[in-house]
Amino acid sequence: METENTIQGTIRNPKRTENVIEIRGLHMSFGSNRVLKDFNFVLHKGENVVVLGKSGSGKSVLIKCIIGLLSPDSGSIYVFGRNIPELSQAELDSIRIRVGFLFQSNALYDSMTVRENLEFPLRRHRLNLNKEQVNELVMEMLENVGLPYTVNMMPSELSGGMKKRIALARTLILKPDIILYDEPTTGLDPITGREISELMLQLQKKYNTSSIIISHDMKCVEFIADRIVVLINGTAYAEGDFENLRLHKDPLVHSFFD
Amino acid sequence: MPLPLSTRKILAETGALSRFTGKFFTTGIKPRYEWNELIRQCFVIGYRSLPLVALTGFIMGLVLTMQLRPSLVDYGVESQLPAMVAIAIVREIGPVITALIFAGKIGSSIGAELGSMKVTEQIDAMEVSGTNPFKFLVVTRVLSATLMLPILVILSDVISLYGSYLGVNIRSTTSFNLFFSQVIDNLSYSDVIPAFIKSYFFGFAVGIIGCFKGYHSNKGTEGVGQSANSAVVVASIMIFILDLIAVQITDLLGIN
Repeated sequence: METENTIQGTIRNPKRTENVIEIRGLHMSFGSNRVLKDFNFVLHKGENVVVLGKSGSGKSVLIKCIIGLLSPDSGSIYVFGRNIPELSQAELDSIRIRVGFLFQSNALYDSMTVRENLEFPLRRHRLNLNKEQVNELVMEMLENVGLPYTVNMMPSELSGGMKKRIALARTLILKPDIILYDEPTTGLDPITGREISELMLQLQKKYNTSSIIISHDMKCVEFIADRIVVLINGTAYAEGDFENLRLHKDPLVHSFFD
Repeated sequence: MPLPLSTRKILAETGALSRFTGKFFTTGIKPRYEWNELIRQCFVIGYRSLPLVALTGFIMGLVLTMQLRPSLVDYGVESQLPAMVAIAIVREIGPVITALIFAGKIGSSIGAELGSMKVTEQIDAMEVSGTNPFKFLVVTRVLSATLMLPILVILSDVISLYGSYLGVNIRSTTSFNLFFSQVIDNLSYSDVIPAFIKSYFFGFAVGIIGCFKGYHSNKGTEGVGQSANSAVVVASIMIFILDLIAVQITDLLGIN
């Protein structure tokens, strides 16, 4: 289902495949502050969609609703055809294994080494793997992000960019079908930000994932987005590819690209 | 007339703590059980508290003996010093002081650790990876605190009595065998068992309050400090309240 109240633009990757996420009429408020109002959205398989919006516009709330960290006031969020707000805890956990989440703060477990951080999801959800297989997977993911030598280091010993890469490796270790990125390049210098963007795209191609990316970094957005959704006043106000939205006549949309 | 804001806050917090405690029981009894984390927490909470508990226990026994001695000498009952110190330590001072030290070290550490995990989204990260953070973080820590404190109290009591033995020998000479035979002769099950049972409740209170404060931490790094601080304060007050209740129960049951 496409959004009805959205200003449509052309989309760089117009190939339509199955919907992995479908949101209909999502409402979410905190007290009297209505953050999302009748929000509609679709993520297709293999697609990278960037959600743009001002600070406090509800972008992070949106992806937290998708993963079930927040319960919406009303509306439906179908992930792999299952409506998240209606699922039991066990059903939700089974969906969560297939959806990776990269936190803005990285959220590495700071009392664990890098190895233990990566092993943590495996030890809980891949019980059939022996010690050697776990080690192989950990090293494969660390090599993917170019940091195999950090395996025995603590998160406090890593730089901001390295933490982001390790967090990305941990997100990917269960080989999820969807990845939700919460401002993946915020707080990084432009060069590291570019490297992270390239890594995201490279890993997306390697593991054939679909992604929703929350970002303010327009270089990252231009580089990675197949489609951009502009979130204004709690609704998907405009939608299209980067060039299309950059040249958009509506000043509210255009202002993001100045 | 509406209740004052501070009273309403205390009532709301008490309600939230009660719900949190209820969740501990309903979540804790369901599989999957986090045995590895429970054992790790028992090591962290129990073994690492031992040096501090041992040191404070030793000093407590020594000082108590030295303080009591002059009064007992005045009444001519100096020979009752081992019995008096033993009963005071085993029944009351050992469990309460050890629990307060435990609240200071473990309550604050749990409050700060979970608070820090909360504000840096580590708890959310655990949840989105399909792990129940309440079960992994809260249930294991509360159970470890509940199981470890009674053991620490027993060790603290023994070390306190050894400190008392040294205290007795500062001004007079008493053999090790004589001192401890007097201690054992004067202690009864009614001294040991209620003290042992209340230690479990003290441990539970320290664990659940530390976890509650940490788990509901907010306001960033400032909130982490507040969580650690209030975990110690509330747990310490709760230890005294539980001690008062325990005394009333043993009194009502005639266990004296």
